Amino acid sequence: MTPSFEEIREAFSLFEGWEERYAYLIELGQNLPPFPLEEMTDKNKVEGCMSQVWLTAREENGRFFLNATSDAILVKGLIALILSLYNEKTPREILSVHIEEIFKELGLEDNLSPSRRNGFFSMVAKIQALAEKRENLPENG
Amino acid sequence: MNKEDFPIFKEKIRGKRLTYLDSAASAQKPLCVIQAMSDFMLRDYANVHRGIYLLSEKATQHFEQARKTVADFIRADEGEIVFTRSATESVNLVASSFGESFKEGDEIIVSVAEHHSNFVTWQQLAAKKNLVLRVVDITDEGALRFDQLEAFLNNKTKLVALTQMSNLTGSRFDIKKAAALAHQAGAKLLADGCQGVVHAPQDMKELDCDFYAFSAHKLYGPTGLGVLYGKREILEQMPPYQYGGDMVKSVTIEKTAFADPPARFEAGTPAIVQTVGLQKAVEYVSRLSMKRIEAYEGELTAYMKEGLDSLPFVRQLGTQKEKGGVFSFVVDGVHPQDIAMVLDQEGVCVRAGHHCAQPLSERLGVSSSVRASLGLYNDKEDVEAFIAALEKAVSFFKKGKIG
Repeated sequence: MTPSFEEIREAFSLFEGWEERYAYLIELGQNLPPFPLEEMTDKNKVEGCMSQVWLTAREENGRFFLNATSDAILVKGLIALILSLYNEKTPREILSVHIEEIFKELGLEDNLSPSRRNGFFSMVAKIQALAEKRENLPENG
Repeated sequence: MNKEDFPIFKEKIRGKRLTYLDSAASAQKPLCVIQAMSDFMLRDYANVHRGIYLLSEKATQHFEQARKTVADFIRADEGEIVFTRSATESVNLVASSFGESFKEGDEIIVSVAEHHSNFVTWQQLAAKKNLVLRVVDITDEGALRFDQLEAFLNNKTKLVALTQMSNLTGSRFDIKKAAALAHQAGAKLLADGCQGVVHAPQDMKELDCDFYAFSAHKLYGPTGLGVLYGKREILEQMPPYQYGGDMVKSVTIEKTAFADPPARFEAGTPAIVQTVGLQKAVEYVSRLSMKRIEAYEGELTAYMKEGLDSLPFVRQLGTQKEKGGVFSFVVDGVHPQDIAMVLDQEGVCVRAGHHCAQPLSERLGVSSSVRASLGLYNDKEDVEAFIAALEKAVSFFKKGKIG
């Protein structure tokens, strides 16, 4: 079971060095729901060359149900953190998250640099784009 | 050596000493280079080859002096040095201009160890013009398969495009030997000197390659500037690459007469400030002596290899003897990006990924790797900090796995 974002935030506020932060991130990643092997396809792969990231998103009753994974365990931890903010949320809720500020607060802002090699950054951008696209559909007014 | 010449090393990274091991991607700049560019903009700046006024003449002198300095540095003539925007553009210039005369069925040879800039460029030219692209393999240790190069060469071969030093494994390829083989078959040879030019003295007369491409920013100079050396008689036969100002003799509504090389290939206002920076960078490394740099880095490379050899969990990619200070490696069970992220926390700058050499990564059986590369400013302390951080990272992840 993934802890809520508030629990994650609280845990981070107690950490001092990278060892604690990274150990916690790894644990978060380990607790992610399993990502089905058959969904690790090129179609679900997010751009990036440092590590591989896969993302699936389906919409149900106006909410996004997201699942993602990576072959790098720290990235997997970052994914768990992102999902605690974005998963099962409406497009509007997703778009209202100030992700840069949150990552800054947690001391993880380097991971959001818009590097074309950073699959994690691309994943965040993709979720935001999905939410934006949904939000801009006419029936949403 | 001379770390104190590089102001960036006074900076702390997350409160820690900066251990910069990514010079193969881009090198740090000595103060003299930074100051030369700044002084030029403060005092002598104007466009080149245009004005009759003193400032423009001064700027032009700077620009042409830079060309002369670069030419002397690699033992070429000034007329053989074309300034481009990057080494990538240098290669593209050759593909587009020299490659224009290639006909369907002509052949190009590259190696599997090329940087994407010297691989994709030829692959795409081949696709566009229905050429045959042959890819020379390496040995498992990373050495070039010269037997295969010889077997591939024939009277249809127009060009061999080969790196002098792999940006992933640090393997050095014998360009002189490859050029001689290419010439025997009637083909030309382009050497990617991006890594090679940084680590050892270069002599175009001795190498006898037809083209040699490198960038300023890996040679302790600024970004935004590349160099293309081309033999004069070949450049003279080549059509322009881009059109615009500064590359013409005369223009009428009906037609244009193009300038002689190198101006013919330098359309538009060049990177004037950057050429001043490159000139200073070349003067700087020449003053230290490329021979001394080579010897110093050779020792440091051996020290680094010793350090990595002592870590049983490290698998190094490319272990051939003729190798410069570029080390790529993987650790079984730990992802390269995870390692790089922990090293970053320790102030150690390395790269993770396929290092713009995907065919080579694949040949070596990895999708990504960690790369640590040396520059002249690195010292034993850097190597020790790197090895200690790497041990720490790996023990962190291995422990994490059990716990």
